[in-house]
Amino acid sequence: MADSLSRKRLSFNRIAIHATLLVACAVYLVPLLVMLLTSFKTPDDVRAGNLLTLPVEWTLIGWVKAWDTVQSYFWNSFMITVPAVIISTFIGALNGYALSKWSFKGSNLLFSLLLFGCFIPFQVILLPMSFTLGKLGLANTTAGLVLVHVIYGLAFTTLFFRNYYVGVPDALIKAARLDGAGFFTIFWKILLPLSTPIVMVSLIWQFTQVWNDFLFGVVFASGSAQPITVALNNLVNTSTGAKEYNVDMAAAMIAALPTLLVYIFAGKYFVRGLTSGVVKG
Amino acid sequence: MAALELRNVRKTYGNAAQEALKGINISIEAGQFLILVGPSGCGKSTLMNAIAGLEDISSGAILLGGEDLTGVEPKDRDIAMVFQSYALYPTMTVRENIAFGLKIRKTPAEQIAAEVDRVAKLLQIEHLLDRKPSQLSGGQQQRVAMGRALARRPKLYLFDEPLSNLDAKLRVEMRTEIKLMHQRLKTTTVYVTHDQIEAMTLGDRVAVMKDGAVQQFGTPQEIYNNPANLFVASFIGSPPMNFIPVALENHEGRPGVRLDSAGGSVCLPLPQLASNLADGREAVLGVRPEQIGLGRGQEAGGPVLEARVQVVEPTGPDTLVYVEVNGVQVCCRIAPVDTPAIGSNMLLELDIERLVLFDPTTGARIA
Ligand SMILES: Nc1ncnc2c1ncn2[C@@H]1O[C@H](COP(=O)(O)OP(=O)(O)O)[C@@H](O)[C@H]1O
Ligand SMILES: [Mg+2]
Repeated sequence: MADSLSRKRLSFNRIAIHATLLVACAVYLVPLLVMLLTSFKTPDDVRAGNLLTLPVEWTLIGWVKAWDTVQSYFWNSFMITVPAVIISTFIGALNGYALSKWSFKGSNLLFSLLLFGCFIPFQVILLPMSFTLGKLGLANTTAGLVLVHVIYGLAFTTLFFRNYYVGVPDALIKAARLDGAGFFTIFWKILLPLSTPIVMVSLIWQFTQVWNDFLFGVVFASGSAQPITVALNNLVNTSTGAKEYNVDMAAAMIAALPTLLVYIFAGKYFVRGLTSGVVKG
Repeated sequence: MAALELRNVRKTYGNAAQEALKGINISIEAGQFLILVGPSGCGKSTLMNAIAGLEDISSGAILLGGEDLTGVEPKDRDIAMVFQSYALYPTMTVRENIAFGLKIRKTPAEQIAAEVDRVAKLLQIEHLLDRKPSQLSGGQQQRVAMGRALARRPKLYLFDEPLSNLDAKLRVEMRTEIKLMHQRLKTTTVYVTHDQIEAMTLGDRVAVMKDGAVQQFGTPQEIYNNPANLFVASFIGSPPMNFIPVALENHEGRPGVRLDSAGGSVCLPLPQLASNLADGREAVLGVRPEQIGLGRGQEAGGPVLEARVQVVEPTGPDTLVYVEVNGVQVCCRIAPVDTPAIGSNMLLELDIERLVLFDPTTGARIA
């Protein structure tokens, strides 16, 4: 009796939870749905009407036109993102390893200062950074933009790896040192093979950060070297001619696709990497 | 020439208030098995790490085969170490774990294979070579950790509590194996333990440590029979030495100690005690359980103690009997056939020659 009552209440709670989740889901997904539907409509269809109706006639003209316009910027974004992600992850791993396993005088202070870097807003570093890039002869180049992203990302990647490596037993390092391994051999042969979960975290984090960046892209790249986020903005904000919402929506989808795919295929590693401890003994 | 010599080794960790090592002096010959024993936190691991070169020392010198190791990198010291946590490389197979050190030293492949084979055979882990450490039991991991140290033939082995994570039965087995292995290989070894039975059974030399200082350094027999102070006496031996508070006095012109028990009061003469000390001062009498035997009566000679039996613990080979003397419980180890009834009075005889006396405040040996 009491049992069935509690089960009934439980199932009511479940329904409430699921209903809430469904509403939340809809709130997040409806804009995406509108974007998708619109991107497959003809311009006339878009102007005619209702945001949420299916296209009268499914067409790819929006996608084709969008791809033609943003294609080169899409590859720009890859040229910026891939090296920036790999380099910042690699250096972050090396930093984390040095800070956690070869602590030296002032290493804790250095780590605190690096952490501070996580809290510096983008806007603050724009001027000094453009000055520095100018001095280095890297102003308005893809290499310069990569450099900016690497430096800005290092605070985060170092934090990830340092906290992960703190959990690796020191005895492992000692054993390797007695076996004759030096600083880099230990890093390559012992620590990196243990690092898959945190490497995934760092790669996913950095990929989304760099790919989605707009501010650095608009400031430090110009013309044909701009990343897709900037190109998308330019496309949507052109004041000449009629608004082609289907093209805008398709271009926005194209710009968002890589990060969406990363989350769909690697999202579980992100959660796992952040929550898992390191090695047993 | 000493194989390993520690000269006044001192160590203070970065911001620690206390010295972790307070001037360690130890010297052992080639092929000897040195035990470092002492309670947790007394600096055993610190000393091991210092010998291995994993921690710098603050002052003093460490010499291996006559060569000063100051400034020599761990990898160039020709030392192999087994860690308490085993520290096996988790992503490598057992074979790769054992071969890692050889590979880094650019040993030819066929020589590595031969060495891995030799070690695997020696430790009976041939069937485990292709497994990862996470697929091994604690005992197997321990063997692999030993294998990794044995794979090179270094000048010195360091073992830091290698058996403390094993269950009791396995620990005894491995203890014997380590002893056999050392008799066969005869490599100079330093072995850390907080287990006094391991210390007694394995060591050629034992250094008993406390609070970063060596309390006594000697053979296991010296340490057991002739403890330098109260701490060493209480740390070595199981069941532990009995400590009886006594007053030193002269009885019929001979120095001795007074013992009170259920059967009355006797003055036990102690020839080893200097008579000028026997002036009524307080002391602690140290008696090992096996130094108390069944008394044969007054006529057989020697003073005899009569005490009431409180507890009887048969252990198999012998029986532990607890009686009360001078207000403290005293453990005696006697033959099972002599087991007395609880509550009865029992005649006891002490092995006077081997009794020791300590100062109750400083713990120093008086006699
Ligand atoms: N890395 C370290 N930093 C500061 N103090 C340490 C460090 N390692 C050990 N100590 C201190 O040094 C003393 C000896 O430690 P240790 O050598 O590990 O003792 P044992 O191995 O005998 O248990 C302890 O008081 C311990 O707290
Ligand atoms: Mg220790």
